[in-house]
Amino acid sequence: MVFDDQLTVIQQKEIAVGTFEMCLAGEMAKRPIHPGQFVNIQIPEASLRRPFGIAEVNQQAGYIKIIYRVVGAGTEAMAQLALGTKLQVLGPLGHGFPIDQLPKKATVLIVSGGTGLPPLYELTRVLAARGHQLDIALGFPTKNRVFYEENMAQFGHTEVITDDGTYQNKGLITDLLDQSFSTKSYDAVYACGPRPLELAVSQRFAQHPQAYISAEARMACGIGICNACVVRTPDNGYKKVCSDGPVFHVNEVIL
Amino acid sequence: MSILATNLPGLNLKNPIMPASGCCGFGEELGQLYDLNQLGAIMIKAATPEPKFGNPVPRVAETPDGMLNAIGLQNPGVAQIIKTKIPYLQQNFPELPIIANVAGATEADYVAVCQQIGKPHLVSAIELNISCPNVAHGGMSFGVDPQMAYELTKACVAASEVPVYVKLSPNVTNIVTIAKAIEKANPAGFTMINTLVGMRFDLTTRQPILANQTGGLSGPAILPVALHMIHQVHLACDLPIIGMGGIQKPEDILEMIIAGADAVAVGTANLIDPFICNKLIQALPATMAEYNIESIESLIQQRDKIE
Repeated sequence: MVFDDQLTVIQQKEIAVGTFEMCLAGEMAKRPIHPGQFVNIQIPEASLRRPFGIAEVNQQAGYIKIIYRVVGAGTEAMAQLALGTKLQVLGPLGHGFPIDQLPKKATVLIVSGGTGLPPLYELTRVLAARGHQLDIALGFPTKNRVFYEENMAQFGHTEVITDDGTYQNKGLITDLLDQSFSTKSYDAVYACGPRPLELAVSQRFAQHPQAYISAEARMACGIGICNACVVRTPDNGYKKVCSDGPVFHVNEVIL
Repeated sequence: MSILATNLPGLNLKNPIMPASGCCGFGEELGQLYDLNQLGAIMIKAATPEPKFGNPVPRVAETPDGMLNAIGLQNPGVAQIIKTKIPYLQQNFPELPIIANVAGATEADYVAVCQQIGKPHLVSAIELNISCPNVAHGGMSFGVDPQMAYELTKACVAASEVPVYVKLSPNVTNIVTIAKAIEKANPAGFTMINTLVGMRFDLTTRQPILANQTGGLSGPAILPVALHMIHQVHLACDLPIIGMGGIQKPEDILEMIIAGADAVAVGTANLIDPFICNKLIQALPATMAEYNIESIESLIQQRDKIE
């Protein structure tokens, strides 16, 4: 079920250069939300809504959290919003990460690149609460863009790599996987990040029955009616990222 | 009779509000959100003879007070629409009049789709899409040439067993010339306006944002253009008009009816608020009362008497 809730901005914090964490209080926090689902937010002055992965659901405190990077006029306007601002938030949208099929105490690999992290944070929280064993690989462009390393580390063994080596390891996320996460076999792999990361993960785990990526796409409606965010499938069909995804098995779509 | 009712050929509508083609899919998603029986009608996504994937992505770009789209008539093909999409609507929303949007690359395409889908047990009416700006062949090329538009309309009217409405393009020098030519082919009415051709560029890449380069502009930015063109066609022709272009408030609906429309379709607003048509239906009576409008029918009658 999809709701269009009016939520209140109760927290807005810059957690890395140009990267903001926003908490939105209201009904949405009580909706049944699956890790990997997203919301479509109406921002003042923008004509279309903006989709954001849900980074955390705090039912008790009654808020959901999103994390975004300022990349254009819309997110710039968002970063200016004062506490108390009311926003129309459509959600929860899409299908999240499949997790109910995991065996008990499953070993799970989480692969995150940049602002692909938010939906993986909620996933990690939920998986840890269910007693799964987590290995977490985080990639960022550079030191001042690193965020949530400690938040993730509380749920599993976490390592960071930066493109320029200004923080921890230097190189691409694939280098980190080779170096630190290639000896174990995982029951499941979940990834989200820029297209090159998702392509690399898709190739690396192409034979893995439980390897999933959360795709990003330019969207309008977020519910499957406008066909703006389609991706091709190997059988020459197509899927809508918003309503068929955003989470897909690595072999399900052609990135 | 309900104060919201309005009657057009083949369409006895309980209210004048329907989601526009391309902005409601085949009703399956909106049907999860609210009871579509409440709508005046639904204009389902374009049907072409064969399945169509459409254009590469990006397919949408934001604009001031609107958006550009270049979806490219993506649809599963007329056979699949008849087999699964229309039965879904008929079974779940038996009171909902369905208007099928018909498109193609050639006149033969249009005629073939009209023959298949233009049957009373399937749909209440056809909307002939001779104004899609986002396909390489057919689409708008038919809608900007008076003679071609006339010929195509005539062939489709003959091929259909339900009333045919022709969707007009605003991308013409004089919309009245086209409308008058089409009127001679005896369609049931017009739907107007389709989107206006536009472009946006990315400053970083210095390339068009849309993969198709150009797209159709829609949203509140085009409301005044729609009002003007509807008014022109209403004064020049005798056919009823389903008006569309930038509606987002109950006031916009009444303004469009005053301009010359007999019913309206809501497009882009569905993509921002999927509940919008339902909200507009609920809100319309109060706005009518505010402006001393007794009924939609009376507003239409008074408009036509003055002229």
